[in-house]
Amino acid sequence: MSTALHLALKEIWRGLGRFLLFSLVIALITLLILFIAALGEGLGAGNREYLEKLNGQLVAYQDTARLNIASSRIDCDVRRALSGIKGVEAVGGVGFSSVAIPRGGGDDPFDVSLIGVEPGKPGEPPVTKGNTLARRSADRVIVDKTVALVMNVDVGDTITVRSAQGADYEFYPLQVVGITSSQKYAIRPSIFVPIATWDKIRPKAAVGGGVDEPVCNVAAIRLQDPNQIEVMGQRLMERVRKVEVVDRKTAYENTPGYSAQQSTLTTQNTFALLIGLLVIGGFFQIQTLQKVPQIGMLKAIGTPNGVVAAAAMIQIILVTLLGVIVGTLIALGVALIFPPNIPIIFEPRSGATAVISILLIGPLGGLVSVRYSLRVEPLIALGLDT
Amino acid sequence: MIALEAQSIVKTYPVGDGEVRAVDDVSFCIQEGELVALVGPSGSGKTTAVAMLAGLLRPTSGNIFVGGEELTAMEETKKARFRKRNIGFTFQQNNLVSYLTALENVELMLRLNGEFDAAGRARARELLTLLGLEERLHVLPRQLSGGQQQRVAIARSLINRPNLVLADEPTASLDTERAVQVVETLADLVHEQRRAGVMVTHDLRLVEYVDRIIQMVDGRLARIVSPDDDLSCLTDPASCEKITPEALGCSCEDSTP
Repeated sequence: MSTALHLALKEIWRGLGRFLLFSLVIALITLLILFIAALGEGLGAGNREYLEKLNGQLVAYQDTARLNIASSRIDCDVRRALSGIKGVEAVGGVGFSSVAIPRGGGDDPFDVSLIGVEPGKPGEPPVTKGNTLARRSADRVIVDKTVALVMNVDVGDTITVRSAQGADYEFYPLQVVGITSSQKYAIRPSIFVPIATWDKIRPKAAVGGGVDEPVCNVAAIRLQDPNQIEVMGQRLMERVRKVEVVDRKTAYENTPGYSAQQSTLTTQNTFALLIGLLVIGGFFQIQTLQKVPQIGMLKAIGTPNGVVAAAAMIQIILVTLLGVIVGTLIALGVALIFPPNIPIIFEPRSGATAVISILLIGPLGGLVSVRYSLRVEPLIALGLDT
Repeated sequence: MIALEAQSIVKTYPVGDGEVRAVDDVSFCIQEGELVALVGPSGSGKTTAVAMLAGLLRPTSGNIFVGGEELTAMEETKKARFRKRNIGFTFQQNNLVSYLTALENVELMLRLNGEFDAAGRARARELLTLLGLEERLHVLPRQLSGGQQQRVAIARSLINRPNLVLADEPTASLDTERAVQVVETLADLVHEQRRAGVMVTHDLRLVEYVDRIIQMVDGRLARIVSPDDDLSCLTDPASCEKITPEALGCSCEDSTP
């Protein structure tokens, strides 16, 4: 074993409580950073999931809507015009609004996104259980798995949705025909009904709607060649008037609050990492300051600077590594007991990025103390100043 | 044979527009198997002189030879390597690595010199046993008394069989009984193992165990005496006689290559 490793391990072993306590601090920082990342992922997914999983490559908006789904209106003529362009395989109108599913036992109603789709066309999600919607099945619904889980419903069951129609609430029973994967939109789980049903159920100033081909918010476009996204987007905007066509990523990045929310969480994560950097750097700096006479003595008896620096760096890496492992395990453990409707998603890529960031900030924060160790003069051992 | 030779070493520090001569033209030699006490009042330049003898501080002028090699001419890396192998240290305080046991503290020198093998480890145990610490081998410094800590430091300073052992006030924090034990142990080992030793002390009661006493006053060599001489002069520097060339322990030609 090298002298540096020997010194580092002995100091950790003989000061186990102190080092474990600091590993615990790093574990808590790791937990915080992983949770912010998971919250970012959860909220992000809650906003973009449906659009991200959309079974089409492009989304068409009304050109004056500035990619705002709520203010966009796409009528049948536009959808038909889009369908007629060469290279387009299918177009489906999609309407968005929100309703609630009343729950018994005094619980608050369960808010869901009500998404109207054209059965068999882009926009209708694939089901993991049961059947897709049929064109004339006005009282049928596909629910996403979170709705099925929270409301404890399965294929064949009936749910009742509550929607404001004028000044009153109306209740609409819908039979579950299929269950789809998680398809959140606007931070809510989603239920999918035929576009005419959507037009009838969606909250309105007055009871009405339910026409066969209502005006919807956007159109989902499936291309014959999915690799022609950019070219087709341009072509559609050139050939069809009053539409703005974008890819799915641009679509979900423009959902209300998505970018602001994500940049807020990124800022929080950056600050958490910065705090981690300062805490780790501060701990090792204080420890180095306490050890100055001992470091001076070690150098006076002939310990090379390289050994002093390597011993300090080994400690920093080991303590950080232990903290990160413990923090990650706690985070994974806590994630297992989270209810499914809480927007926390531990996504491997963002989790790994967070973990690697903390593993890097440990040594980075400790560099100041290592540099300080290197500058300690052996004369300190003799009580002399340089 | 001469183990250490200081030739007219001077150390000055700038102070304002002028300078302070912390060590002023000091010369002496120490033979193998000889332990010398460096005495003098506070601020007389003892510790600065020891720092220069150790190669930790470069003299403003003058030369230092250890085992015939000119320490003052070495570049820093070579000097650090030379120090590790040829010079043993004990300090006034903060002597031991707090998280290593007594045995591990001694073995650290073996590790630093690449001699951490079975023979080296056995030698470390023997040395600590010789110093009466056979029951305390696996004890951390904080669980050792001050005297025991200094004995561990002495063992560490001798484990690599250095040419020169430097002890900076090794008894400063000890009571008289333990101080005597430590100095006696140091003197015995220096004599038995034919090392050269320099012990800085302000305690004149301990000088009976050394071979010569070098007194410094205001950075200069004031007197070199034998413990058998009349030591009253050491407490009254004004009455000191001039230092004879014989008292220096050598002539410069003896060791200069």
